[in-house]
Amino acid sequence: MNELLAQFRDWRDAFVRRRNRIVPSLPPWWQRALVAVLIVAGILLPFAFTQTSGFLDATIRALAFVVMALGLNIVVGFAGLLDLGYVAFYAFGAYCVGWFGSGFFFNAHVHVLVSSMTETIGIHLNFLLILVCAVLITAIAGTLIGLPTLRLRGDYIAIVTLAFGEIIGVVAVNGTDIHLGQMTLTAGNLGISAVDSPYFPGIGKFDLLHLRPWYWLIFGIMLLVLFVNLRVRDSRLGRAWVALREDEVAAVSTGIPLVRTKLMAYAIGAAFGGMSGAFLGSYDSSVNASQFEFSFSIFVLSMIIVGGLGSIWGAVLGALLLSYTNYYLIPDVFNHLPSTFGLNFDLTDLSFGIFGFVLVLVMVLRPQGLIPERRRTLELTGGRGGDGLPREAPR
Amino acid sequence: MSGTELKGMPQKRPSAAALMRVDQVRKEFGGLVAVGDVSVDVPEHSIVSIIGPNGAGKTTLFNMLTGLYKPSAGSIVFRDRAITGKRPDVISGLGISRTFQNIRLFREMTALENVMVGRHSLMKASLFGSILRTPRVRAEERSVRDKAAETLEYVGLTPAQLEQIANNLSYGDQRRVEIARALVSDPTLLLLDEPTAGMNPQESDQLTGFMKKLRDDLDLTILLIEHDMRVVMDVSERITVLDHGEKIAEGPPDEVRANERVIEAYLGKQES
Repeated sequence: MNELLAQFRDWRDAFVRRRNRIVPSLPPWWQRALVAVLIVAGILLPFAFTQTSGFLDATIRALAFVVMALGLNIVVGFAGLLDLGYVAFYAFGAYCVGWFGSGFFFNAHVHVLVSSMTETIGIHLNFLLILVCAVLITAIAGTLIGLPTLRLRGDYIAIVTLAFGEIIGVVAVNGTDIHLGQMTLTAGNLGISAVDSPYFPGIGKFDLLHLRPWYWLIFGIMLLVLFVNLRVRDSRLGRAWVALREDEVAAVSTGIPLVRTKLMAYAIGAAFGGMSGAFLGSYDSSVNASQFEFSFSIFVLSMIIVGGLGSIWGAVLGALLLSYTNYYLIPDVFNHLPSTFGLNFDLTDLSFGIFGFVLVLVMVLRPQGLIPERRRTLELTGGRGGDGLPREAPR
Repeated sequence: MSGTELKGMPQKRPSAAALMRVDQVRKEFGGLVAVGDVSVDVPEHSIVSIIGPNGAGKTTLFNMLTGLYKPSAGSIVFRDRAITGKRPDVISGLGISRTFQNIRLFREMTALENVMVGRHSLMKASLFGSILRTPRVRAEERSVRDKAAETLEYVGLTPAQLEQIANNLSYGDQRRVEIARALVSDPTLLLLDEPTAGMNPQESDQLTGFMKKLRDDLDLTILLIEHDMRVVMDVSERITVLDHGEKIAEGPPDEVRANERVIEAYLGKQES
């Protein structure tokens, strides 16, 4: 029996060695081919489902959350600034659609590259323009929220950003009392409803009976954000973020401007949140103040923790896992599981309990996350540890 | 490996005047005077040591010189330019690099990445340039990588160690990486805070030789905090002695060695 186990261990070690040798040295054309295949598969995916399929709906939301997670990963994972108020950028992004893509500002009559009849009231910009507005507005908001945290470290950053997230939420709820002429800032809990669906000349207007275009739109946004993430991680700025995360004093002494570098992290992270927020606002076709809760920030943070802080592919995987669980597995697949055991509740009532359990499980079994950042992997498995004692060879 | 292969060295300036002039700087923490009105002149192309018992204010002085602390009073002039109270990254950009008493590397980055960060202020890549990875950004990235690797090999790391996580390197190698990170930005003045701490006598001797080599190869000026008297006496042209935040002696090694106040500060007063 022991011999068998030893034999098995040898096989496994040999496999791991071979894999370690092969994976980093994939020839560039092979990598490119793999990426191309994945992208084509992603584009073709919706044809496997009907236009109104629940799974496609969940996938669209999951991709929107991938964008959110990639944004938060820059702030928390790369730069090490624990941001608990990420919901603020969801709110700003969603309100961009609410303000610039609906009849909400009923005194205004602005139409830019949209299909709807020009006599309808309100501001109606093309979705891509709204996306640009969302990026600009959330980047500025991110910078402003980042400013007061510059002198703080660790947990204190979390407290300040948490407070800002809550402030934005409260302002959104009470925005009905903030008057802009005859109009108000937000519609509070009533919601700004009938938000424009994206319209592109030549393609037409999106609607909720045809989910494929929505999927392709968010898939494209996700690819763009993923690309920017990968490029920035391996750049001068990416190194500066990690350096600040690792040792602020050493980083500034080696010539990294603290204020600019940290604010860049806040601004870029926020901009991605805003893009995703604008998309979700349009997809939900309404912008309701009650959506912007603290639990949203925690939900996105859980995604990057489960995936592995600072790891781009971890953020992607974590976001997909948790959103599919939240939007597909729990409500669509297993929702009636309790009743089959004769229990009188729906599984959706337990969502948060389930997420808590998953988070605890990950922390116990794999604290570095599902796909840990390369740096953390090396630190956890390779050579010496911080105590200076040689560790076992990596298995 | 000879240092002459290191490119982009700062040009030697013709004047032999003081490269850095520290005038009456003072640092108070609440009521405690950590450094009280200390003046030091650092001549160009020299090695100057600052010594003193624990708590004498040596590192506090360094922290003021590199901008981590704002002096309560006094002025610091570097290459005829006042740098008093400027931001650390600005001071670093002017050509002052430092190492730390307790090694401060970016622990989860590789040795190479650590040193590449040291070149940050000399790089020009913008956010959008990095995203699009323009030919210029690509070339800059490659040249910084090469320069970092070159510097690491210059301080004595093997090519195989370049891709290792800093935290996994041995203590001595971590020191080397830290020095390489300071050197890679082509500084004019190098501040070393107790570089031989935790080293055995042979390693200290090696480092002593290395400091002289650095000065001559790279035309550096070195300001050194050190406890190991053998190193200090061997390497320095001038020594400044601090005790309780005050300068109690200054001069060439032999003079300082014979100074009574210095002996007193180190060994205590002899009872008569």
